[in-house]
Amino acid sequence: MEYFFTEQQNTIRELARRIAEERILPVRTELDQKGEFPWSIMKDLADADMFRAFIPEEYDGLGGGCMELCLVVEELSRVCSAVAVSYAASALGCFTLMEYGSEEQKRKYLPDIAAGKKLTAFALTESTAGSDASAIKTTAEKVDGGYLINGTKQYITNGGEAEIYTVIALTDKSRGARGASAFIVEKDTEGFSFGKKEDKMGIRSSSTRELIFRNCFVPEENLMGKPGLGFIMTMKLLDRSRPGIGAQAVGLGQGALEVAVDYTRQRVQFGHPLISLPVVQDILADMATQLEASRALVYAAARTVDSGVKSFTEESAMAKVFASDVAMKITTDAVQICGGAGYMRDYPVEKMMRDAKITQIYEGSNQVLRNAIAIEVRKRKARRT
Amino acid sequence: MNLIVCLKQVPGTTKVTIDPQTNTLIRQGIENIINPFDAYALEEGVRLREQHGGKVTALSMGPLQAKKMMRDAISVGADEAVLLSDCAFAGADTWATAYTIAQAIDRLKPYDLVICGRQTIDGDTGQVAPELAAMLDVPFVACVSQVEDINDGVIRVKRMVDEGYEVIETSLPAVISVVKEINVPRLPSLRGLTRAKIATIPVWTVGELGVDESAVGLAGSFTKVIKVFFPQRISQAEMLSGDLENQVATLVNRLKENKLI
Repeated sequence: MEYFFTEQQNTIRELARRIAEERILPVRTELDQKGEFPWSIMKDLADADMFRAFIPEEYDGLGGGCMELCLVVEELSRVCSAVAVSYAASALGCFTLMEYGSEEQKRKYLPDIAAGKKLTAFALTESTAGSDASAIKTTAEKVDGGYLINGTKQYITNGGEAEIYTVIALTDKSRGARGASAFIVEKDTEGFSFGKKEDKMGIRSSSTRELIFRNCFVPEENLMGKPGLGFIMTMKLLDRSRPGIGAQAVGLGQGALEVAVDYTRQRVQFGHPLISLPVVQDILADMATQLEASRALVYAAARTVDSGVKSFTEESAMAKVFASDVAMKITTDAVQICGGAGYMRDYPVEKMMRDAKITQIYEGSNQVLRNAIAIEVRKRKARRT
Repeated sequence: MNLIVCLKQVPGTTKVTIDPQTNTLIRQGIENIINPFDAYALEEGVRLREQHGGKVTALSMGPLQAKKMMRDAISVGADEAVLLSDCAFAGADTWATAYTIAQAIDRLKPYDLVICGRQTIDGDTGQVAPELAAMLDVPFVACVSQVEDINDGVIRVKRMVDEGYEVIETSLPAVISVVKEINVPRLPSLRGLTRAKIATIPVWTVGELGVDESAVGLAGSFTKVIKVFFPQRISQAEMLSGDLENQVATLVNRLKENKLI
């Protein structure tokens, strides 16, 4: 399909693919087995200016947006989704800063993030607040000159590895979600430590960790936007970032399809390569068609986000839901048509299948997002009648 | 620091054809790559600039198609790139090549360090770098595996030798050639690719260099390639027969005849 990329977007895509094939592919299996954070690859991505791709030029970025982020994530995810999400989480961790941060905050943090010197993370989820994000309990109590943060965040991507954290905490407990605010907390701040490192089914080399705040003092200037807007800012942030998860899913699907095609061309059964069997062709055709449909939807959503329209909740949710469901299906089909080999760790498709599952769960489970889409559909109908 | 890195485009394949007139490689129409050892030289130049400041100039002699390699050099960190290209430069042996490059380096003065790959993978001579140093009348260190220190006009390097390594100090300016152990070359960066796209690659001809046509290229070469051929593979086998004792005796005789024992 022709997606009419700009010259810069093509360059980004080609370079991301080169990094994936030359630097990630040789260590993919080892990263997955050991579950070690891919620092050397993060350095390669930084050296290649990949962290600049989604940051405005005035803060040392290259002025791209959601589309550029998606292109990098897709290419990285085609080879290793764990690396892709470590990169993407750093975008998630600084989107709030880019959108709502003050000029001083942006000047202070964004150039280092653009250079890839510092990774970022976004911290919302808690043990009692997953899909129901408004149920967070972490508090930020106003004290002289700043805030004291107390509470524990759970399942935080890039936890422990990132230097800069966007943390959502309640500045006014009595107001619930309307009392939430967003703070920048730097690693090594007193009272801020890391808890359990999760041992995951997939995306194993990405870091997923608890963040523990015990009377952690952050100065006034680390508050982003106005107090009480934290929850709204978070919802808008996730609308912006979800096409990135869609792109991660598209990359996974692409990787799995390529392995499946290669395997079925080589594997001979009943005297013919598997790919010449109609039953296998059927599966491959569906995989390719569904993949292209999800890619088109993800790109369209990313372009909608970048177009400057006010609301894109529905579009970005659709892209994430559709692409992640497709990725789960394609990776499962890839394991199926690679047969016994596909089930073995020597072949990459079992890893892709494990990696795909999380795309249906994080940044809004597909069930919660279908709910959000339905609300928009209903609102639209209500407006018309 | 003013660093100059010498690069050469080489065929990215072993299936090359030879011009029967000149006995040199026909370089048109085949995919060319940067000589792999030169990629390490370029990376080292960029790293030294990152540590010590200054400028990296990539320098190559070759047909105009080498401009692409010069842009690639900029995409991985070279500040400037100059291509020496003229029909008169064609067919140069190592002497004429070193002479032409030395003339170009003379124009790029002042410089602190010239970095080359230890050898090319097509010519394989490893002679251009030392000849270049001799013509520039500066010290030369071959097979450098680590630059340990640069301070106050003195460079200290580790150089690979057959058993272990040597640590050598020499004054600057100097020429060094590097081995692949020295670093891992980086991939291009997005900013580098943008710089490379818009960069102007100056092309210096015989006229620009102010050299005599008879001193460069085939005309300026002292060595002439008489013949180039692919070695024929000859395998002969003789099966010994008879009882074991006779076979052993025949084998020993054959080995003695061939002065192998």
